[in-house]
Amino acid sequence: MKPGLITDIAKSLLLARLRQTVVAAIGVTFSIAMFIALLGFMNGLNDLLDGLVLNRTAHVRLFNEVKPNPDQPISLTPEFQGQHHFIHSIKSSGLRLDIANSGAILEALQRDPRVKGIAPRVNAPILYNSGTIDITGVVGGIDVVAESDLFFFRDYIRAGDPLDLKNISNSIILGKGVADKLLAEIGDVIQVTTSRGEQLPLKVVGIFQSGLADFDKVQSYASVSTVQKLLAKPNTYLTDVQIKLHQLDSAPTVAREYARIFELDAEDIQTANAQFETGSFIRSLISYVVGIVLLIVAGFGIYNILNMMIYEKMDTIAILKATGFSGSDVRKIFLGIALSIGLAGGLLGLAIGFGLSVLIDHVPFVTPALPTITTYPVNYDLKYYLIGISFSLITTYLAGFFPARKASMVDPVVIIRGK
Amino acid sequence: MPVLQTSHINKYFKDPVLVKVLDNVNLTVNRGEFVSVTGKSGCGKSTLLYILSTMDTDYEGDLQIDGELMRGKTEAELARVRNEKIGFVFQFHYLLNEFTVLKNVMLPGLKLQRYTAQEVEHRAMERLKQLGIDQLALKAANQLSGGEKQRVAIARALINDPLIIMGDEPTGNLDKRNSDVVFDIFRQLSEELKQTLLIVTHDQAFARNTHRIIHMQDGRIEPEAVND
Repeated sequence: MKPGLITDIAKSLLLARLRQTVVAAIGVTFSIAMFIALLGFMNGLNDLLDGLVLNRTAHVRLFNEVKPNPDQPISLTPEFQGQHHFIHSIKSSGLRLDIANSGAILEALQRDPRVKGIAPRVNAPILYNSGTIDITGVVGGIDVVAESDLFFFRDYIRAGDPLDLKNISNSIILGKGVADKLLAEIGDVIQVTTSRGEQLPLKVVGIFQSGLADFDKVQSYASVSTVQKLLAKPNTYLTDVQIKLHQLDSAPTVAREYARIFELDAEDIQTANAQFETGSFIRSLISYVVGIVLLIVAGFGIYNILNMMIYEKMDTIAILKATGFSGSDVRKIFLGIALSIGLAGGLLGLAIGFGLSVLIDHVPFVTPALPTITTYPVNYDLKYYLIGISFSLITTYLAGFFPARKASMVDPVVIIRGK
Repeated sequence: MPVLQTSHINKYFKDPVLVKVLDNVNLTVNRGEFVSVTGKSGCGKSTLLYILSTMDTDYEGDLQIDGELMRGKTEAELARVRNEKIGFVFQFHYLLNEFTVLKNVMLPGLKLQRYTAQEVEHRAMERLKQLGIDQLALKAANQLSGGEKQRVAIARALINDPLIIMGDEPTGNLDKRNSDVVFDIFRQLSEELKQTLLIVTHDQAFARNTHRIIHMQDGRIEPEAVND
């Protein structure tokens, strides 16, 4: 059987009931357009919210945590082995907060092919001096170039040039909340006090806003060497190494490996931010469910219209069968009708969905929490368009399947004799 | 070899009670014969025709078309037999209104795929010319008069050079003049092309002019009367 003839007959039947066909196709178009716009918007938001935290979080973070010695005397005593220990006599000791032999560790990390990039940090608690009061805070000593490359640091700078941190000595970038409290602007010099009681003047070269207000009220950034100077430590003194990997999924494995090799604490992103994945998953799930429900409704529309068409076309089916078309030919004709409604409606839906996405993408969306965002975020991933068109074809196929089977089983004798 | 042969065909209608509508029908149609089947309404002549046409498969007994036993064939194989060997003319035109006259005639030919689409179109035009309706070729099927539609249906029945043409009251819905036109076409086909025809009719005048009349009564074939 030549597919051309079946297509030809299907097309003629379709065109004979053009208005019904268009109504059926519009149902599909509407659902697919909504599906695309909804998923694009939802996932745009997901990306944005995930990015808010995940972009700025290292895949693996190496540090020294303050914690009690795991080898307590009681656990070393053979006669108490395997029992529950209530007594922990040795308290936590803060011998060193920095990473021992940091130079060698950095070199080893840079040679690891799984590592995309590393950014060393020195975190130090400080007090911002504002007149007579001190505001507690944290200054992070960062490599501004690495941070911009790996953690989008530049995106969160509201004012000033982050590179000044490297180029101007004794400079600082303040969090928006801190700057507001200190009434500090770019070019001002502020006083900070370290935990050792030393006071230092630092020049403000920028203001950043992360979108997490509490964070912006305490955090500020300076260069690694400035913070080392604040702490009066040598230039090998690092408290954190932030690592970005090529494969996000391998973070837990890599973290365990580094913890063992370097004898440090290593935290992976999955452990640190488990709740974000859950949130994204739920949002995606909701959009898929809504999209699929819309498609099922459209599918029922197609089912009704095809059923009606088959009742109207009983004579046509009977005559086709009488002149030598088999039941399977008739079934193919009606499935062809259903699928062309699905394909045409679906493709138009993709186009309209894309249009809606572009429209949403241009709606202004300004929020102080998200400094780099000016319009609503939209994700244009090709994946959603492929899913949309596949769903439209699958639903219309299912909607066409039963009417087509009914048509294929029409007994021509009953129809012809019934006249 | 006979074009069509039946042996001991019985057929029952089971709704609402069991009724025997065909009773031991033995029938042979030879090549080139012009046969009419007559009888009163309800005598089973249409039922017989639909069994002979392979569309009705719910019967007892055997049917051979062109020496081939129809029993045990699949629905698709039977469709192929109808497409290739049988041409139909019904009481009500049964053209497809979605297509032009030419396309209606071409459809069984396109399905058979013995010829290319161009050849099928050429052959369809020849058939229309032969029946004097080639000027209607590009009209929509529903723009035609009853007599014209029936002639188109005959052209469609002829497109695949069928072994036999079957008609179910082909003149039943036509006026006298158009009936005569249709009968003349059948006679012409029979005489000039030696086309085998099997026509169910209750038009006695029509039947009298065929080679052989099969008269049916209460599901049985009455003893034959041969016409000259």
